[in-house]
Amino acid sequence: MTARISYDAVEVGTEVPVREFRVNRADLVRYAGASGDFNPIHWNETFAKEVGLPDVIAHGAYTMAEAARVVSDWAGDPGALVEYGVRFTRPVVVPNDDKGAVIEIGAKVAAKLDDEARTVRLDITATSAGQKVLGRARAVVRLA
Amino acid sequence: MALDQSFVGRSYPPTAPYEVGREKIREFAESLGDTNPVYTDPEAARALGYPDVIAPPTFVFTITFKAAGKQVIEDPQLGLDYSRVVHGDQRFEYTRPVRAGDRLTVTSAIDSIKSLAGNDILSVRGEVHDEAGDHVATSFTTLVARAADAEVEESR
Repeated sequence: MTARISYDAVEVGTEVPVREFRVNRADLVRYAGASGDFNPIHWNETFAKEVGLPDVIAHGAYTMAEAARVVSDWAGDPGALVEYGVRFTRPVVVPNDDKGAVIEIGAKVAAKLDDEARTVRLDITATSAGQKVLGRARAVVRLA
Repeated sequence: MALDQSFVGRSYPPTAPYEVGREKIREFAESLGDTNPVYTDPEAARALGYPDVIAPPTFVFTITFKAAGKQVIEDPQLGLDYSRVVHGDQRFEYTRPVRAGDRLTVTSAIDSIKSLAGNDILSVRGEVHDEAGDHVATSFTTLVARAADAEVEESR
């Protein structure tokens, strides 16, 4: 395990730049296949509306995976994640067009947890259509 | 309909091993558009100190969710209405990343059951171990079965 970022090089407030992820219906179908989560709320809008959703929504785990990518690309090693958790506060609604939805994800160092273990806590923000889609999104990462 | 509180604390037997393959990891990473070579190129993984390609951090959820689905969500005695289920929150604790060649078992347990504004809120824990019996990761999943007349915003 080899993180690229050094514990000594970060401070509370160090920012991980915001990245944009575009997700369309085809992406959701692909993720459904890869993950094995075939819940029709992620690909069938008739079904989604019947159960009270505004439209097809992205898998929460899809958004969570893209947020993990922001953190792991920054740290330089996905295996540097020690702990990672999110709350799915609002669904990412994915319209049936070629544009889909956009998720904007960024993070910042919220705490330096342990000088010995060289762990920091990152607080992650994720929004789509101007709304927060993840709450209490936090990752504990072991740095170099 | 509120879920039966007596299910809290219930633990299910470990699943049969799930064998993690390189191509499955590749498929999963590609579905995210994630091109990090540590997921697809054994050399790149070895350069970071891993014996083989590793999986993206949330990949383990596909294994724990499958286990929870078969054993807990579809437990007829529990009676959860899966058609109304959305993912409430999700947390992982990692001892090490999942990697190709792993044979992983999941032991699922129900941590809590709550009822809030007609929604059933179920917290399931999945402990993931490798073939040697060593801990790999633990997944904490909260599922919300929305009340039949609720709009999604009201349940969150």
